[in-house]
Amino acid sequence: MTSLTREDLKTEQPISWCPGCGNFGILRALQTALVDLKIPREKYLVVTGIGCHGKLFNYININGFHGIHGRVLPFATGAKLANHDLIVLGFAGDGDQYDEGLGHFPHAARRNIDVKLFTHDNKVYGLTTGQTSPTSPQGYKSKTSPGGAIPTPINPLMLALASNASFVARGFVGDVTHMKELMKAAIQHKGFALVDILQVCITFNRAQTYQFYRDRVYKLEEENHDATDLQQALKRSRETGDRIPIGIFYQEERPVYRARLPQIKTQPLIKQPIKPTKLKQLLREFT
Amino acid sequence: MTRTNEISLLIGGQAGAGISAAGLLLGKTFLRGGLHVFGTIDYPSLIRGGHNFYLLRAATRPVFAQWDKIDLMIALDERTLERHREELVSDGGVIFDSDEISPDSPNLPPSGVQRYAVPLESIVKELNAPKVVQNTIALGAALGILGYGITQLEEILQETFKAKGDKIVSMNVDAARKGYNYAHEHFASEFCCQLKPRTGKHHQHMLLTGNEAVGLGAIAAGCKFIAAYPMTPASPLFHFLIAQAERFGIVTLQAESEIAAINMTIGAAYAGLRAMTSTSGGGFCLMTEGLSMAGMTETPVVIMLGQRTGPSTGLPTYTAQGDLHFALHAGHGEFPRVVIAPGDIRECFQLTIDAFNLAEEFQTPVILLTDKHLIESHITTQTFDTGLVSIDRGKLLPMERYTGPTPYLRFKLVDDGISPRLVPGTLGATVHADSAEHGEQGFVNDTADNTRQMADKRFRKRSEIQKALSRYDAVKTFGSKDADVTLVGWGSTKGVVLEAVEILQEEGRSLNFLQIIFMAPFPAQLVSKALKGKTTILVESNRTAQLGSLIREQTGHRVAHKILRYDGRPFNPLQLVARIKEVLK
Ligand SMILES: Cc1ncc(C[n+]2csc(CCOP(=O)(O)OP(=O)(O)O)c2C)c(N)n1
Ligand SMILES: [Mg+2]
Repeated sequence: MTSLTREDLKTEQPISWCPGCGNFGILRALQTALVDLKIPREKYLVVTGIGCHGKLFNYININGFHGIHGRVLPFATGAKLANHDLIVLGFAGDGDQYDEGLGHFPHAARRNIDVKLFTHDNKVYGLTTGQTSPTSPQGYKSKTSPGGAIPTPINPLMLALASNASFVARGFVGDVTHMKELMKAAIQHKGFALVDILQVCITFNRAQTYQFYRDRVYKLEEENHDATDLQQALKRSRETGDRIPIGIFYQEERPVYRARLPQIKTQPLIKQPIKPTKLKQLLREFT
Repeated sequence: MTRTNEISLLIGGQAGAGISAAGLLLGKTFLRGGLHVFGTIDYPSLIRGGHNFYLLRAATRPVFAQWDKIDLMIALDERTLERHREELVSDGGVIFDSDEISPDSPNLPPSGVQRYAVPLESIVKELNAPKVVQNTIALGAALGILGYGITQLEEILQETFKAKGDKIVSMNVDAARKGYNYAHEHFASEFCCQLKPRTGKHHQHMLLTGNEAVGLGAIAAGCKFIAAYPMTPASPLFHFLIAQAERFGIVTLQAESEIAAINMTIGAAYAGLRAMTSTSGGGFCLMTEGLSMAGMTETPVVIMLGQRTGPSTGLPTYTAQGDLHFALHAGHGEFPRVVIAPGDIRECFQLTIDAFNLAEEFQTPVILLTDKHLIESHITTQTFDTGLVSIDRGKLLPMERYTGPTPYLRFKLVDDGISPRLVPGTLGATVHADSAEHGEQGFVNDTADNTRQMADKRFRKRSEIQKALSRYDAVKTFGSKDADVTLVGWGSTKGVVLEAVEILQEEGRSLNFLQIIFMAPFPAQLVSKALKGKTTILVESNRTAQLGSLIREQTGHRVAHKILRYDGRPFNPLQLVARIKEVLK
């Protein structure tokens, strides 16, 4: 067994998040999850979007790709199919995933591509100075919605469930230990996993604070929730008011995308020889 | 121009009536007879009811384009007669379905043209076959009229329908024979143009489209991944690789958009695969942010951009060369890229292999710039020599274990700008790549010094690519070097320009053809040298002479004359000859 310490996972990059930012909790949960899992660090690949969340790429010393805004999932999909020995972890923002990259989300879920998506859902565009995000509540005031946000927010969990995601969970940055366990469960799940994380943006979002969530969150596992029951999961996912559930909403076993591709049933593509052997035969078909 | 043992044929009918398949069957029949073939399909963007036609040319000598005039027409509907009878040569012939088209139809061509009435519908009924089989009957009749014989067609039908079972095979073979015999029994007078198979082993040729040649090139180069979103005329490349996926161990994925496709491709390439995507103009628009990321993260990807008539949706199923400047400048910011434009089937194959080698050697995106006319036309070409295929992965480090200095620096500043490349999953190192400006290790670095150094590093690669051009045919010259007049072109117009040059040379004119293959980096010196002191005539399928302005920008040479066509249709040889003569008057 490889031992991996939090020290091993650190980089020398100075951290540029605001003091007190919810992203620190996500980084800590990730580090401790990886330490717990005892998998060699070369096996991981972290893919991040663009936004404050994306800077996590700089602060974790595992293979990483800091891509463009909204495209965590397609990049992660390509990398996973190329080398399915990699454990591919995506970190996206709410603007990043549920606005710019929304189109990729249901497809990753219904393919059941074996990548893990952690969304830093701070209900605001952090890096671009606090504009309204697709998960901002109705009436949310910002520079882009001074009169209060007009649309209703996207419900990422319902969307994931409706898209046949095989693992759907929610975490809260105020409970790092619980979030770490969710991350481990997602990593150990076979297939696409969403962990939507209630993140706090202390600079721009003065409504969804640590205290706001502390007053409202409760753990599904403490309330007899059956995560194999889609109906229950859907019902719980609609609770967005005074009581906000965290934990695993839904989990099912379903063949991963790769399982249907005989060419990568065993050996990852990247380990296969690239020089074709039957090319001459194929050419003959055109004569 | 003498055209012995040569034929120009048109098969026309409704969309969905199997026109393209019939054209290909006949093309293969001529291929098996040792002839050279060019075939191209013209179809509107709809599935049923529109008018489709396939132009086929076969000859003893190599042919590179469709011909202006039609010797023999197979009209499967009245519209074909109406639309194309003016294109018939005066002593040509028309095969038509006498069950469907009345002998008094005003659309039948004027006297002089032979009318070959074949009761296709009745024969189909007699055979108890589905309606499409009328195509096979008509092909048989055409071969009878041409005096070609039927053995090759029978052979091709057997091969083509083998997978569908003996019943379908014999139904088609019977249909072909019926048509053939009908022609022999009813059309005694000899048709003007006779076509004979060549006996003996004349050549080792294949008949395929540019899309198929690019696909074969990708397989030969070891491409293991393609993600794409369907878009005419690039889709057949995607379909081809999907069909070969299991056989050659390729993962193919129909992405949810072109944005997804390019990002998936970059993901697969960052993870270490040779990976590609394919699209047309509209899809390439969506890929541009990803293209720029591939440049910034120095990820080798290959993109086949199959042009069609634009702007916007334009003419989805027609050809154009309107995206040259777009391919050269797509994406924001500055980064080195390679843009290569194959002009024939062999180049589609070879340059695709080169594209993968260049992408990995220089760790940057490569665009294969093609168009509908090249990638959807069938052209005979010498069978590719797999012995000549070489795979060069550049500075890719072995994946087993990293043993170099730590930490591993993905973007190490080196003299040639090409940093040793490691892929994630290698023991002993972590690999970091960033779409934001980054330092050597790959983590963000926005200092002024680093920004300049990294831009310089990326552009040192560009200088290296420029040097590497000498290993390739960045340009090709056809015809005499000392000619007074030089035609200049690129991409699919190569075929028709070569035909025009041949005709004009036979008429005693002194001219040659400069084909430009590398668009970026541009072989400025070679082009300058080739054009020096010449009267230059540019031939392009666009409205704004894009190659002309590129030549001006890169060499200062102003092309004297421009022959442009931008109605979605390819040039025809005689039409081009006339326009060249007009210019030279
Ligand atoms: C294509 C594109 N559009 C816009 C931007 C500008 N931009 C950068 S981050 C961002 C939003 C960030 O919000 P979110 O994804 O929620 O991340 P957070 O900063 O809150 O973590 C935007 C709009 C961009 N980088 N790329
Ligand atoms: Mg956000």
